[in-house]
Amino acid sequence: MASVTDAELKAMTQEERVQALGMTTEQLTGRSLYIEFEEDEEERYTYPWAPDVDFNKRTEINADDYDTKGVNNKIRELMAEGYGTIVIQNPRGKHSIGVGILSKLNLIIEGSTGYFANGLIDGPNVRINGRVGWSCGENMMSGTVLIEKNAGSTFGAAIRGGDLVCRGSVGSRTGIDQKGGTIIVGGDTGALSGFMMQRGRMVVCGNAGKNLGDSMYDGTIYVGGEIQSLGVDAVTAELTDLDKAWLTRKLTQYELMPKEGVDHFTKIVAGKQLWNYDNLEPSEKKLIL
Amino acid sequence: MCGIAGLIHKGKSSNVGGEMTAMLQALKHRGPDSTGYAVYGVESPGEYVMRFILAEQEAMSKGFDMIDIVAKRLELVEERLAYHKAEVKKREAATDYAHRYVISHDGDTEMMARHIEDIEGVEILSLGNALELIKDLGDASVVAEQYGLNDFEGTHSIGHTRMATESDVDIRSAHPYWAFPYNDVSVVHNGQITNYWIMRRQMERKGHRFMSNCDSELLAVYTADNLANGVPLEESLKRSIEEIDGVFTYLVATKDQLGMAKDTMAAKPLVLYESDDLIAMASEEVAIRAILPQEIDTTDPYDEEVRVWQA
Repeated sequence: MASVTDAELKAMTQEERVQALGMTTEQLTGRSLYIEFEEDEEERYTYPWAPDVDFNKRTEINADDYDTKGVNNKIRELMAEGYGTIVIQNPRGKHSIGVGILSKLNLIIEGSTGYFANGLIDGPNVRINGRVGWSCGENMMSGTVLIEKNAGSTFGAAIRGGDLVCRGSVGSRTGIDQKGGTIIVGGDTGALSGFMMQRGRMVVCGNAGKNLGDSMYDGTIYVGGEIQSLGVDAVTAELTDLDKAWLTRKLTQYELMPKEGVDHFTKIVAGKQLWNYDNLEPSEKKLIL
Repeated sequence: MCGIAGLIHKGKSSNVGGEMTAMLQALKHRGPDSTGYAVYGVESPGEYVMRFILAEQEAMSKGFDMIDIVAKRLELVEERLAYHKAEVKKREAATDYAHRYVISHDGDTEMMARHIEDIEGVEILSLGNALELIKDLGDASVVAEQYGLNDFEGTHSIGHTRMATESDVDIRSAHPYWAFPYNDVSVVHNGQITNYWIMRRQMERKGHRFMSNCDSELLAVYTADNLANGVPLEESLKRSIEEIDGVFTYLVATKDQLGMAKDTMAAKPLVLYESDDLIAMASEEVAIRAILPQEIDTTDPYDEEVRVWQA
């Protein structure tokens, strides 16, 4: 990908800038949505009630001392006191740890969590030094979640933004109904991954199970290993230089870059042959019907 | 929803009753209606442990005559054991309706079991050399306390917490199911079987008995049928993925094996931990953590995955 100067970027329209930065290659039928924030518009990044935390202020929570609700309430209490780095010890598979955090925070979970870890988050950077159960990062809006071991099924279900990364392997239906953001899997993924995917990118460095990308509307899936089978309306596409540059940047960022590079990755997109790809808006359909 | 759990120690005994209780208690939120255990103790050749109920728990609170009725049923059980020349070596009762007999018998155990189950209200939960199957209403701590399971020594166990969806809240519909008449085979299941009635009719035409309308019982009967025809456990599990419709994850235990199978959609969860001397699995990781609080590596088996472990 040719480099783009700041001056060139400033001269571009928002849509051109998004394309040039490799933020999207999606061409949605009907309405498309591009969102880009200016760096100086901080109020658009944060909620007005978000606590002002200091990343250098660090503390720990022993999850053995609380139930799930107690752990999550304690996180909020500590954030209100300005703690910007919180370490959770002994999660021992508890469900719903770290859900609904809507502002910046460094959250480190020392161990494994159960279902719905870090669902509905909008902003925090989370590192889980263990495994996660089903639906980690469900409906995540922004931020990063990095899991050091494996993950269960429906990893990143309906994710809308941010980076959700699992260094190990994940279960089935990864990124079901994905609406944006990036899901990266260092190992393998199970059946029906990318089912009804709508936007965003998914990267699987290992193998993918059967029916990959079944009924996907849009978005892109990259697979480094074998694909057991493609789902309905999922098709392979050419891996462009832009794709390779983006893959290299993302995989390097998370220390998952394969030794052999990314040229061997297979790119999967929507074939857009299903009934819903007729270029008609609802109002136009009404006129015809 | 239901929760399932299984564990198997390789080459040694452990307090599998206490371990399974901890796992099932951690899964209580997945099914508070009933809790069941299949625990495998030290095998006693020629001796059988027969766990049986004389009535449903709910029935005991109805009518003035139930105490007399179950006493009469127990007399009939004794008569029929004697008729089949079974010597009762030990008699224990956890409740008025749930009994544990250790018997010595060298005849046709299937015939004896069918004869005993012909008594109205009587159901044999298990009849095996190593297997003891216990199930009742309430959570794991209640059932374990009631049946003295917290100190049960054995090699392996499977268990279940049930959220009733397709059949009653009663012992009859609780898991595990004994794969009648295969003495030491039991099954727990999480899911729904959508070709239950078709498969049930096929099994009934072959002479198999069903004690409930719970779809999970089909898996026990199906497994029993395969074993009767010389099909190894692993092959039976593989065939079930082809022949049984629905969403399911289920565990099967035999005298010295523990197996799992996950359907083609992988829609029902299972988390697996494997080490050199212990295999533990459960619907949720929190159950495994109940017995292994230290940091461990676990995985999710994939769709159509079948595994069998040896004790």
